[in-house]
Amino acid sequence: MSTLTSSRVLAPIGTAGKLFAFGLDVFRGLFRRPFQLREFLQQAWFIASVTIVPTALVAIPFGAVIALQVGGLIKQFGAQSFTGSAAVLAVVREAGPIATSLLIAGAGGSAIAADLGARKIREELDAMMVLGIDPIQRLVVPRVLACMLVAVFLNGLVSVVGVAGGYVFNVVLQDGTPGAYLASFTALAQLPDLWQGMAKALVFGLIAAIVAAYKGMNAAGGPKGVGDAVNESVVITFMLLFVVNFVMSAIYFQLVPPKTG
Amino acid sequence: MGVEIEVEGLTKSFGKQLIWGDVSLTVPAGEICVMLGPSGTGKSVFLKTLIGLLKPDRGSIMIEGTDIASCSERDLYEIRKLFGVLFQDGAMFGSMTLYDNVAFPLREHTRKSESEIRDIVMEKMDLVGLIGAEGKLPGEISGGMRKRAGLARALVLDPEIVLFDEPDSGLDPVRTAFLNQLIIDLNAQIDATFLIVTHDINTARTVPDNIGLLYHKHLAMFGPREMLLSSEEPVVRQFLNAQRVGPIGMSEEKDADELEAEKDQELPPLPPIPMQQEPSNGIPRRSQRAPGEWCRENGVTPPPGSFEPNMTMAVGG
Repeated sequence: MSTLTSSRVLAPIGTAGKLFAFGLDVFRGLFRRPFQLREFLQQAWFIASVTIVPTALVAIPFGAVIALQVGGLIKQFGAQSFTGSAAVLAVVREAGPIATSLLIAGAGGSAIAADLGARKIREELDAMMVLGIDPIQRLVVPRVLACMLVAVFLNGLVSVVGVAGGYVFNVVLQDGTPGAYLASFTALAQLPDLWQGMAKALVFGLIAAIVAAYKGMNAAGGPKGVGDAVNESVVITFMLLFVVNFVMSAIYFQLVPPKTG
Repeated sequence: MGVEIEVEGLTKSFGKQLIWGDVSLTVPAGEICVMLGPSGTGKSVFLKTLIGLLKPDRGSIMIEGTDIASCSERDLYEIRKLFGVLFQDGAMFGSMTLYDNVAFPLREHTRKSESEIRDIVMEKMDLVGLIGAEGKLPGEISGGMRKRAGLARALVLDPEIVLFDEPDSGLDPVRTAFLNQLIIDLNAQIDATFLIVTHDINTARTVPDNIGLLYHKHLAMFGPREMLLSSEEPVVRQFLNAQRVGPIGMSEEKDADELEAEKDQELPPLPPIPMQQEPSNGIPRRSQRAPGEWCRENGVTPPPGSFEPNMTMAVGG
């Protein structure tokens, strides 16, 4: 009985360990030749095509909400001239990577998990291994790299669209002045903010793709298993991404002191 | 020329559940073997263990001096190039056309030009009778065609060992007969070692040189076709003749009461042993033995009516 309980309690640790081991396998596959350039480009194009439009559509209200919230608050302090600065800071540092992660996990990751899961239950992955081809090197590595690449670009997209959305709302709805909005950009924000946003997006892309690939490749029990794998991969990715986002933000604040306006 | 597979003391369990234990057999080079067993006895698991997709708990599988059960991942990928495997549903890559599917191993493993690849692919497609369907996607064709396409892909690297996972499941009797003929003809042509996992007894009775029977977590018997078909061993006899009387029950084993109840029941006589299916060009295969040879050598009298041409294939009772 005690062994049963302990094995149940320890089961999540085992799963985490397997996920980590899978990540290491992918890392090893990264250096194995030949590199699957075609698969990489196809996947990058595919992930970009399913994420670009939703990301842009999510980014506009994201920027707008920040502009509304911060705009109202800042007016009470009498510091309207800092609205633009606050919007840039919020969008580039946090909203960009978060919106990117949501879309990468929700659209890109679920597609990867579904694709690999379907291949798993149709025995395609087994067939591939039997043909002497390592599916991690052939399928997973290109997907992980594609996901990371697209995540970085999406982060840039969110930043631009988010700030533009904030601009429109601030200027049109809140009677802010365009000049003040633009001029205050550099008051609080600094270049490292942009770098850390990109670094976050890169890591989020990596995590989303690895979790999705791991869950997809371990799908079991027929079509229902694929559905479960997709569902689990999205939920696990979300949880991991929010934790990692917090940790990376905390580290960033230690490394780069905030600019004092 | 075919490669011998030597399995020694192989044991596999999932968690606490033993699938089969202590399986030892030698699949002779260039011969056709059939692995039989009631549903759920781990035939497919056995096949997957042979190609190293599953790791056994104990035992060894020696192929050309390499132990598949314990060799490194790198050696495993290398040794798998000797194998061609036909999966149950063909396991075609859904996003590629049949042509690309069959060409896939060539493109990944060889530096052949596209025109050389085209020649090889078309030759294999012709072999399995799929000329004209190269441009179709696996989702657009019937199950039988998918199986044949899977066979073409399995053959494209000229394997030394070909494994078939239930080639006859989900096929109608006519297609099954054609596929069996194809298997025989292929063996005559490429001389590779064939291992077929199935529970179709017609296939088992007429196609192979050797038969193995997995039952109740162990290998009940493995040997030449005529040895098993003339065997009086209850499990072998029940299974190969599709009878209800015998130790195999509906779910697993029969319990003591059921066995007691059938104790006095007369076992139906062994049906005659059919002729082995011959290559369609009439030239005997290299590993083929004359009908009745094993029985004569071992002093076994085959059931009356055996080895008569055009005898009925019907079994049961």
